[in-house]
Order: sequence, then C-alpha cells, then structure tokens
Amino acid sequence: MSNAFTDLLAEKGTLLADGATGTNLFNMGLMSGDAPELWNTDEPQKITKLYRFAVDSGSDLFLTNSFGANASRLKLHDAQARVHELSRVSAELAREVADTAGRKVLVAGSVGPTGEIMEPVGTLTHALAVEMFHETADGLKAGGADIGWLETISAPEEYRAAAEGFALAGLDWCGTMSFDTAGRTMMGLTSEGMVDLVHGLDNTPMAYGANCGTGASDLLRTVLGFAAKGGTLPIISKGNAGIPKYVEGHIHYDGTPELMARYATMARDAGASIIGGCCGTLPEHLVAMREALDSTEKGPAPTLEQIAEEIGPFSSESDGTDGNGPTRAPRRGRRRG
Amino acid sequence: MSEEDDIILSELDDEELVQQMFDDLYDGLKEEIEEGVNILLERKWEPYDILTKALVGGMTIVGADFRDGILFVPEVLLAANAMKGGMAILKPLLVETGAPRVGKMVIGTVKGDIHDIGKNLVGMMMEGAGFEVVDLGINNSVEAYLEAMEAEGPDILGMSALLTTTMPYMKVVIDTLIEQGIRDDYIVLVGGAPLNEEFGKAIGADAYCRDAAVAVETAKEWMGRKHNSAATA
Repeated sequence: MSNAFTDLLAEKGTLLADGATGTNLFNMGLMSGDAPELWNTDEPQKITKLYRFAVDSGSDLFLTNSFGANASRLKLHDAQARVHELSRVSAELAREVADTAGRKVLVAGSVGPTGEIMEPVGTLTHALAVEMFHETADGLKAGGADIGWLETISAPEEYRAAAEGFALAGLDWCGTMSFDTAGRTMMGLTSEGMVDLVHGLDNTPMAYGANCGTGASDLLRTVLGFAAKGGTLPIISKGNAGIPKYVEGHIHYDGTPELMARYATMARDAGASIIGGCCGTLPEHLVAMREALDSTEKGPAPTLEQIAEEIGPFSSESDGTDGNGPTRAPRRGRRRG
Repeated sequence: MSEEDDIILSELDDEELVQQMFDDLYDGLKEEIEEGVNILLERKWEPYDILTKALVGGMTIVGADFRDGILFVPEVLLAANAMKGGMAILKPLLVETGAPRVGKMVIGTVKGDIHDIGKNLVGMMMEGAGFEVVDLGINNSVEAYLEAMEAEGPDILGMSALLTTTMPYMKVVIDTLIEQGIRDDYIVLVGGAPLNEEFGKAIGADAYCRDAAVAVETAKEWMGRKHNSAATA
C-alpha cells in the first residue's frame, strides 16, 4: 500500500517525528488539569505555534493536538459531544502549517488511550472502544490528516480496537505502545509480544513502535527487542527527554539536546526508521536530533552496555525478552483449572 | 483438568487451606476465595485472623510479584477482585468484633486526570493490606480533597496523576494544606507513571510510591512512625 507516509519514508529512509505536546503547551500557559484539546478552538494560534515548533525544528511529520480527543476522556470536561469537531480542527490547523512549510511535512493525527480498562478484566467493551476510536479517526480524516497515529497504548485489546476504528474510518495508521513497567507495557506485554500482535492484525499499521515510557534508555532497549524479533514493518521510536523533575513550579525533563541527539542516532542504529521524542522534548532537542541524523550514517546496532553508558541506566534489569526476568516462587498449594 | 485433580477445600486442614487460598488469590479465583473464607469462619477462626493470615498474606505475595515485574496489572486486578469477594464477607464481621484498625486513606486522581488504573490498584492493594480506603474517583479539585479529608479524618492522603499536564496539580493540593496549617496532620503519598522520588520531594509529599505494592509498604512504614511519634509526644 502506498500513501504520503510510505512515500516520504521510502524517499528519505529515516523520518524525524516531533517532540512533546503537553510540555510545550505548559510553556505556553496551559494550566494543569485543563484539556489541551479545547485549545484547538479556544487558542488556535497557540496550537499553530506548537505545530510550527516541530516544523521549524526539521520534523518530517508532527502529531496533532488530539491525544485526549475521545469520548471517554473529553467527558471529564463535559466535551464528549465535541470529539469529532476537536479532532477535525486539530488536523485542519496542522494541515495549514504543513502545507506552508516549504517542504513535504506530514500531519499525523494523534489518538491516545481511552483511559479505561477493557473487558474481560475491565468494563470497556470492544465494540464501544472501536466506536470511540472510529469517531476520533473520522474527525482527523475530515480535518486532512495524512495518517492516524495511535500512541501510549498499554493493552493489546485496545490496540486491536483502534486498528478496527481506523479501518472503519478508512484512515491509514501507525501505532505505538508505552513500555513503562519493567520493560513491558503496564499490561505486561513485551516488545516481542507487540511484534506478534502488530503483524497478526487484519488492518496492519504502516509502522509500529514505542513512545513515552521511562526515559530514552528503556526505549532503545525496546527498539532492540522489536528488531530482534524480526518484524517486517518499519519501527517508530519516540522517547522522553530524560526524567521529569520539578523546577521552580515547572516540570522539567532532564535530558539535554546532546543526549537526545545521541538517542536519535542510536535509535536509528537499533533499527528504528521513524524517530522523535515524547514528553519533555522541546524544539532545541529536535534541532539537535535532526542535525545528528543528517550528519551521520547508520551504524551497527548499539549493545545494551553502550546504551546504559551513553544514555543512562535502565529502569529494570530485564525487559522480559531475555529469559532472565524474575519468576514467581514455587507454588505451595495445587494449581487448578 | 481431570476430576481427580479437583481440590475439595473443606477437606484440607487449616494450614493447607491457607496455602491453597494464597494460590487461589494469586490466580484470581473469587468464588474459591469466598468458599475458603466461609470454611475458616465455620472452623471458628476470628475474622481478623482470616483477613491478616489468609487474605493479606496472599495479597502480600501478589504485591511482591507485581513490584518485581512478575505479575502485571491484569493479574493483579483479578487477584484484587478475588480478595474483594472475601472482604465482602469479612467486613461486617470485622466491625462487629471490633478488630484493630490498620489505618484509613483518602485517595483520588487529581484534577484533569481520568487515568485511574493505578489509583484503583493502590486502593485495592491497600484494602488487601487491611486499610480502610475512601476512593474519591477521578478529577479531584483541591476543594474535593479538603472536603473529604474533613469528613473522613484519614491518616493518609493518596494522589495520583498519569500525565505531564496533570502532575503539577499535586503541588497545588499540598500547598493548600500548608496554607491551612493542616499539612502535618496527614501522610501524603503520591504516585503515577511520570513521577519519581525527586518529584515527590520537590512538591512536598511525604513519599513517592512507584507502584501499588510500594504504596502499601510505604503506608505501613509511615503509619508505624506516626504511632511512634504519637507515643512519645
């Protein structure tokens, strides 16, 4: 299948994605607890400015301000009836910025998690989840997004539901999960497990990968896990710019532009071809990442030791793919069916 | 499973039964836990002993394996659900028998944050450890926290945030407690994926809890300190 995303990836080999949304909006005055999506209509000039940060820093694609634009999350702000509108406007504003960039830049329509746990453990049904994702995807498509971009997902069921939602909307998509718990997603999925999940879908994404989580080192380990499993689809790497710290009333991520530049080339060497940042990644980080990717050639994949040494320590010893993860103590009772 | 593998809980002696309940909790088998609790009650166990020796004992193993990355959220939710089944039977009996109180916690996600999976886990694991938990749900303003604390008189305030956009609100709540001169009346615990220990300290919380198991350990530790300082005061 060919679309604007696959064409640009084929042409450039490696794409630079964007950085943080929340961190940048805070710096523009978003208050804690407010829904960033409401700014699409209330403060459109600030959202346009956010998008320009990415474009002006050299990004080949950037995400729309629609991460929380689903019925479940907007309900909190009594805006559940505005899912389609806020998604559409987020993409329309983005379209305008992309089309006046002076080079080819793609609009990726961000789709975040519902925030609910799906059946059978939780209460959200598959059908309802599909409907929510479908609604957001429809809005993004109507606003002119080149591609849908699922991110920060923990549960395989939710990833599957989103795949169906994108199919119903007729919007090609990419999808990343967040590996933040001992190298796995919160629901326990390993990097290997995600490769199986993604390649087994009816509506396969254009690319898959990891975003957010716990710092850039862990993210690189996850990318190595994807590559080792040997999937056929392109890999996305969007790591946080270090670890969040509270400095003078603001959240500050401690990763420097130099660190993120090194992270970017290591992600490429590890096997990722769409590389960006997540929380804490500011324009200056993106500029350094662009420069690093453009000025170096792809090298051999880094070892875990190199990653720990250059980027920082991992949050857990094992990520569940090396057979060295912790296991439970022997049972004393008898297992039953 | 073949029939000879079936386990008849009532045929196990007390020690075997408690071990089996540990495993049934681990496997999230709610009906089996309810049955086990009822059998122990028939055998004239004190409700408080069933809570601490069978249920809390079993949930401690679940918590440790969650902390160590052996179990993950789905398994822990199932285990907590099984424990809830047992607790529903014990709760009225514990009140009747005047069992000792472990502690009380008011918990909720902060304003703007609907991500309550972690908060729910903490609530369940705290109940699993014998604490009384008042769950304020999601999206809590300073006023909502203050009102609940006034009404409930908890030992512990727990706040959770999962987003970069909502985590600073925890500081707003703590600053308000300080302004009103009631900050030291409570143990303030914070948690959520983007947080870390340094962040917890910077905003003035007593502790950051990495996960639900650590939250329980930390709560117990701080309750111990509170009792000690009360005894010497």
